[in-house]
Amino acid sequence: MGGVIHEEQDQKYSLINFEETELRLGLPGGILGTAGKDGEASKNTGKRGFAETVDLKLNISSEDQSAGDEDQVEEMKKEKNVAPVPRSNNPTKPPAAKAQAVGWPPVRSFRKNILAVQKNGSEEGEKTNSITAAFVKVSVDGAPYLRKVDLKLYKSYQELSTALSTMFSSFTIGNCGSQGMKDFVNESKLIDLLSGSEYVPSYEDKDGDWMLVGDVPWEMFVNSCKRLRIMKGSEAIGLAPRAVERCKNRSC
Amino acid sequence: MPKRANSFPEEVLEYVFSFIQTDQDRSSISTVCKSWYEIERWCRRRIFIGNCYAVSPRMLIRRFPDVRSIELKGKPHFADFNLVPEGWGGYVYPWIAAMASAYPWLEEIKLKRMVVTDETLELIAKSFKNMKLLVLSSCEGFSTDGLAAIAANCRNLRELDLHESDVEDLSGHWLSHFPDTYTSLVSLNIACLGSELSFSALERLVARCPNLRSLRLNRSVPLDRLANLLRLAPRLTDLGTGAYSAEWRPDVFAILSRAISGCKELKSLSGFWDVVPSYLPAIYSICPGLTSLNLSYATIQSPALVKLVSQCPNLQRLWVLDYIEDVGLDALAESCKDLRELRVFPSDPFVVEPNVSLTEQGLISVSEGCPKLHSVLYFCRQMSNDALITIARNQPNFTCFRLCIIEPKIPDYLTLQPFDVGFGAIVENCKNLRRLSVSGLLTDQAFDYIGTYGKKLEMLSIAFAGDSDLGLHHILSGCDNLRKLEIRDCPFGDKALLANAAKLETMRSLWMSSCSVSYGACKLLGQRLPRLNVEVIDERGHPESRPENSPVEKLYIYRSVAGPRFDMPGFVWTMDEDSALRVT
Repeated sequence: MGGVIHEEQDQKYSLINFEETELRLGLPGGILGTAGKDGEASKNTGKRGFAETVDLKLNISSEDQSAGDEDQVEEMKKEKNVAPVPRSNNPTKPPAAKAQAVGWPPVRSFRKNILAVQKNGSEEGEKTNSITAAFVKVSVDGAPYLRKVDLKLYKSYQELSTALSTMFSSFTIGNCGSQGMKDFVNESKLIDLLSGSEYVPSYEDKDGDWMLVGDVPWEMFVNSCKRLRIMKGSEAIGLAPRAVERCKNRSC
Repeated sequence: MPKRANSFPEEVLEYVFSFIQTDQDRSSISTVCKSWYEIERWCRRRIFIGNCYAVSPRMLIRRFPDVRSIELKGKPHFADFNLVPEGWGGYVYPWIAAMASAYPWLEEIKLKRMVVTDETLELIAKSFKNMKLLVLSSCEGFSTDGLAAIAANCRNLRELDLHESDVEDLSGHWLSHFPDTYTSLVSLNIACLGSELSFSALERLVARCPNLRSLRLNRSVPLDRLANLLRLAPRLTDLGTGAYSAEWRPDVFAILSRAISGCKELKSLSGFWDVVPSYLPAIYSICPGLTSLNLSYATIQSPALVKLVSQCPNLQRLWVLDYIEDVGLDALAESCKDLRELRVFPSDPFVVEPNVSLTEQGLISVSEGCPKLHSVLYFCRQMSNDALITIARNQPNFTCFRLCIIEPKIPDYLTLQPFDVGFGAIVENCKNLRRLSVSGLLTDQAFDYIGTYGKKLEMLSIAFAGDSDLGLHHILSGCDNLRKLEIRDCPFGDKALLANAAKLETMRSLWMSSCSVSYGACKLLGQRLPRLNVEVIDERGHPESRPENSPVEKLYIYRSVAGPRFDMPGFVWTMDEDSALRVT
């Protein structure tokens, strides 16, 4: 389907020379250069890239790693409040409980109002269908879009890891191979990863804390995980001390 | 070559032309020769103007001196979703003012997405003695005072329809302004009004209008008032209830049932705010005759909905909330073999997790079970390419396919792939597709398919999709019959637009917001194509204050023979030959 079209297009486009004049969507008044970031060919999408909407870079030098554990956690806590809100038009504002783009989904306002009124009215009444799925958003640093997974579909970290690596395998972000994903289950390997530029999965729990994936038993994880973020290893340094602590306390 | 005199006298030609009703055909015959042009323009009675800024009132009146029915549309469609800032335009007053003197015999005014003021309504009421039909669809800017003027003065009014307009509701007393001598009402739609109506005025009005066939009440009309009204208008074919709730009382139920069953010609039902399920059986008696059912405000659960639709074997149109769920749509597919149009609205559009069990399966069921289904609007939270392919194969007759996967950019939940092949199957199989809305994760490939196969596509809506200008280029270069294109939050920019600039003159309009079109490109388009109005809408201040390559917030391009308009607010600029020279 559609193979014939390409030749014509090539001809047409040779005049335009897209490569040279490649445009990007920028923040108002500014330029958003995502080309060439970490050597990847990032897709030019309507959403702002994560790295631009969120600055979760922890300004920590390696000397400070061991000391100031609490500080790192505090910083993580503070900065997690500026979690990626790709749909918001204003990236500097903290997200609302449900971040929404203006006019999306395309439902007319008189429909929204009526439902809201009726919903409030029936809050005391019967419950709506119970939610049997556990959808969480998965973001990968540098990826232009989110994915969503239903954690209830998986029975172990291993299954989740396989699914995630499949999900993001089409997206070339350098070192995020499936091997890197699978290794997160192994905590001692995690420490090795953190020192490099590998990717590390973290999640936000019910209390709003960012934790390393793999810390708790699977069922507990499913019940407490609110969202997943595959961070660059260098950015996960703030999480490392806790894992290291736990590792010391248990026999890894 | 000797010139031939007309074979027929004018009167004969006029008579022949009177059988030609559609605008396109009328337009065609007017181009045959000068005399046909002249005859045609004198006897054209109905005018449709899809974009009020494409032509001016003066031009209209100059060409067509005796118009009786006019339909005008104002704001772009995305205004429905708050993407067009307040004050953008779409004012109807200049049209009414011009027509007040030119068309004293005007009988019908239909407006959509226009700004109508009380002053305008007063002018209508005063100027057109023969006014029979006034439809204000998704309009705003007027209050119940303006309606009072209409009620008081339009002695020949047959139809007053405020369809989904935003009316400033000052009081319900405007209804009392219909004089006691007024008896011509055939259709009244006031469902969008918020405040309480004067019930006695309403009842007296209904009682004295024997030709009333369509009555759509607003939410304030309580259920126990409904029976009375129905008894007064047993020949109703279209009823919009008010709030469909009351404390359960068997006697109230019995009275209501009897009154409804007395309306043997009812074909269409709507309203149903605040539904109390125990009162639903009151409508069962007329269900077999129903062809249209709008339950989009009815927050009742699937079992009650299933019970209801199973009794409507002749249903052609159903609007419903996603409470119907897959199981309800299965039942619909079983019972309603004559279904033509289905709209499933989201009950809770802003929660991320699904609150109901409505998936792609429901749509598959109806596409399989309802052979006449041709128009769909479907909000859901998951979809797969397989499902879309199945749906396309089941139902190649879609003329309108609007799918809204609620979360932007999510992929096929089974394969985690984009929906390129799924929508590709839709456009390839549905050869009569005229309207398409896409959603979910889509690459440029999807637009390649749409451009290749969507040859009859007239309206396309795109959001959060595509990778590059190539996507937009596929659309503009491929869709031969495209009239309206609306795009938001897509990485489409200058290149595709500039490469396909000529295409824009063949379309009614193009809307692009939160895309990557630069101010420089807008200026270029405006300068090069004088028959296009290129409007830059930007609430951050004059685009000259930002770099030329900086993207504009919103862009609205439409063809026009009227030139740039002069009623723009401070955040809209028209790009034309002079824009580069104009001082702010």
